[in-house]
Amino acid sequence: MADGDYVLEARGVLKIFGNHIALDNVDFGLRSGEVHALLGENGAGKSTLIKILTGAYQPDGGSVHVDGIEVSLDNPLHAQTFGIGTVYQEVNLLPNRSVAENLFLGHQPRRFGFVDFRRMEADARILLAHYDLHIDPSSELGTHSVAVQQIVAIARAVQLSGKVLILDEPTASLDRNEVERLFDVVRGLKAGGLAIIFITHFLDQVFAIADRVTVLRNGRLIETRPLDALSRTDVVRLMLGKDIAFSGATDVEPSETPDEVLLDFKGYGRKRSVLPFDLTIHKGEVIGVAGLLGSGRTEVARIMFGADPADQGEVTVNGKPTSLRSTSDAIRHGFGFCPEDRKAEGILGDLSVRENIVIALQGKLGWFKALNRDEQLEIAGRFGEAMDIRAASLDMPVKLLSGGNQQKVILSRWLATDPAFLILDEPTRGIDVGAHAEIVRTINRLREDGMAMLVISSELDEVVAYSSRIVVMRDREMVAELRGRNINPGVIVQAIANNTDEAVA
Amino acid sequence: MKRLHLERLANPQLLALVAVLLINWLLFPNFFRITWQDGRLFGSVIDVLNRGAPVAILAIGMTAVIATKGVDLSVGAIMAVCGAVAATMVVAGYPTPVAVIAALAVGLACGLWNGFLVAVLDIQPIVATLVLMVAGRGIAQLITEGYIVTFNDPALIFIGTGSFLGFPMAAVIALVLMLLVTLLVRRTAIGLFIQAIGVNRAAASLAGIHSRMLLVLVYALSGFCAAIAGIIVAADIRGADANNSGLWLELDAILAVVIGGTSLLGGKFSIPLAVVGALIIQAMNTGILVSGFPPEFNLIVKAGMIILILMLQSPLVGTVMGFFKRDTRQAAPK
Repeated sequence: MADGDYVLEARGVLKIFGNHIALDNVDFGLRSGEVHALLGENGAGKSTLIKILTGAYQPDGGSVHVDGIEVSLDNPLHAQTFGIGTVYQEVNLLPNRSVAENLFLGHQPRRFGFVDFRRMEADARILLAHYDLHIDPSSELGTHSVAVQQIVAIARAVQLSGKVLILDEPTASLDRNEVERLFDVVRGLKAGGLAIIFITHFLDQVFAIADRVTVLRNGRLIETRPLDALSRTDVVRLMLGKDIAFSGATDVEPSETPDEVLLDFKGYGRKRSVLPFDLTIHKGEVIGVAGLLGSGRTEVARIMFGADPADQGEVTVNGKPTSLRSTSDAIRHGFGFCPEDRKAEGILGDLSVRENIVIALQGKLGWFKALNRDEQLEIAGRFGEAMDIRAASLDMPVKLLSGGNQQKVILSRWLATDPAFLILDEPTRGIDVGAHAEIVRTINRLREDGMAMLVISSELDEVVAYSSRIVVMRDREMVAELRGRNINPGVIVQAIANNTDEAVA
Repeated sequence: MKRLHLERLANPQLLALVAVLLINWLLFPNFFRITWQDGRLFGSVIDVLNRGAPVAILAIGMTAVIATKGVDLSVGAIMAVCGAVAATMVVAGYPTPVAVIAALAVGLACGLWNGFLVAVLDIQPIVATLVLMVAGRGIAQLITEGYIVTFNDPALIFIGTGSFLGFPMAAVIALVLMLLVTLLVRRTAIGLFIQAIGVNRAAASLAGIHSRMLLVLVYALSGFCAAIAGIIVAADIRGADANNSGLWLELDAILAVVIGGTSLLGGKFSIPLAVVGALIIQAMNTGILVSGFPPEFNLIVKAGMIILILMLQSPLVGTVMGFFKRDTRQAAPK
């Protein structure tokens, strides 16, 4: 490959933290007008490489070149002057300021030394129009959806830098339509000659938008290749260094004689949240929940778990009428719930892995039957091993673990309570491929052990693979129940889109 | 095993306390002199224990509150209310135990009110407890009808000025309370639950912790501690002063907790270290007093010391210290 045609290039980059080599002699080249996907499991060195390319870290060896000329990037602001801009997963703009202010913060148009708001808003309107975004520039940024905020962040980055755009997991919190919209923006920028680095955990998205792909593993460069020469399995194999099989269609045999009924919800619902629904759940059954973001999927989970108690309908647990007024009611009946927003509602960031694992069991035991430290270590160690949680120590704060390991900690937390019914809300979102496969495997294992589960997921392939039945949510209503051997993602999409209820036999 | 205990004792709080005491000793050579008189100990160090007790007692409850990511600004005012209740009741002729129990009950009720505002109505703690901080002194004045109510009840006075095995009663009460509350939170799961709520209340609730009930109880504990401190202060001066009893002590208590290493952002906490924090504050006050500096210096020296102690706890200093520690450890095996 000729060296000359790279806008941004890293040659033989080395980065060492303490006695851990984060990047070992990595080459990376980015051409203008391409979308270059950067892939690798958590800890592979993606973010370290990005931080070196944006000047947040200084390499311990090797060099960074912009347009073929060696540069030394002192900090992200300095990198910006070379035309390198970054947009992160969590939008780091100011949600309480206007869209226009966010676009121009730090270099507002001035008039007599004061910020010229009228011009700023006019400029913002023109700028946003390029992105087909017709919103009021004087409106508060925080009132818009995450997708719109992402586009504003991109607009700001492109306008400030204009040569290289780095997108670090921009789609992690977007739904399907929003991702499409973001991709339209990216395609437009690419056509305009911008060089784009795209980091994501979603392989579908890589194949939808990227031209070339670079795979890192354990701090080493594995491969840089045009994507059209690769299949999905190839990419996964490169990332993991081993073969893993994703089964496409359902392999759960619907048993002819269902096990005994565990839960029976009748006319269960909550005003202004979810319309009443009926659902019977048997032991050893995984109910998949499909539907668009905002269709009421999470609300169903929260009502079942008593986090937002139902105000109508009834439920029986093991045939006995029961009321689930609070989370502790639900837990007492053997429920567990892994919430969608791991950081805000799942982990107790500053507490140790050990405390995070035992907390629900201790909550069930109550205030005065305290598990002592040894018992806690034994429980945490047992589940940590069973779930393959990779933590240097069980006493380290859980916030220092990767997303996948945090998710395993929360799963362990519930498994420690020996639940009969587990609700998982997007259990595989935002975690790396290896942890993803393990969580899917765990779901299958638990089902075989006779646990009942309700799993909410946007990954339709995945839902199909492990669910015994799939219920579809639309507009806060349970609109369809799919069962049988013929379920596939296409059928589900149809059910989500259709206005007529139809059960597929 | 022994070495481990020694290392645990070498925390910034105890080092700071030792440093303050040594400085006091340099400025006032008789600082460590303790004498035995009339069946009790006398001396500056004993004075630190005695005078530091009210803030130490407030700090015990305050630690639990702050660990839940809250704060209780009303403790100073609750002290005034409870002192007023105890004083007016003994003056009115009620037996001492009845007056004391009534004062404690009033403190508990004040704490429950705070807890209700914070946990049930979801009002921010700083605002919720501000209500009673302001109203409390008014209530105390209503109880005392605007006068300083003085009393001569020997049993009540004993609580503030008596001694037990030679040690001041106030310090003994603080020590016993510290041990009881520490055992209560550490031997049960309550401590873990308090931390969980402080770190992430939403996640703690989803994990099945009764966060509402626990929050109410934590504020009730703080109110109860304030009642004890209020009774001690009133007994010490043999009178209830609605305007000055416990004035600004809520800030000293918060400071003691922070010096004790509990973050205002909630989470990990230590009640004994908060008590040490209260002793550090009192040791500085006493030191300035006995060394003959004009009292105007008091506040400035205090501020300087606090900056120093907080710096010792900052992550930056921790990193630097860790760096040196690692060096010595690497050198050791040779």
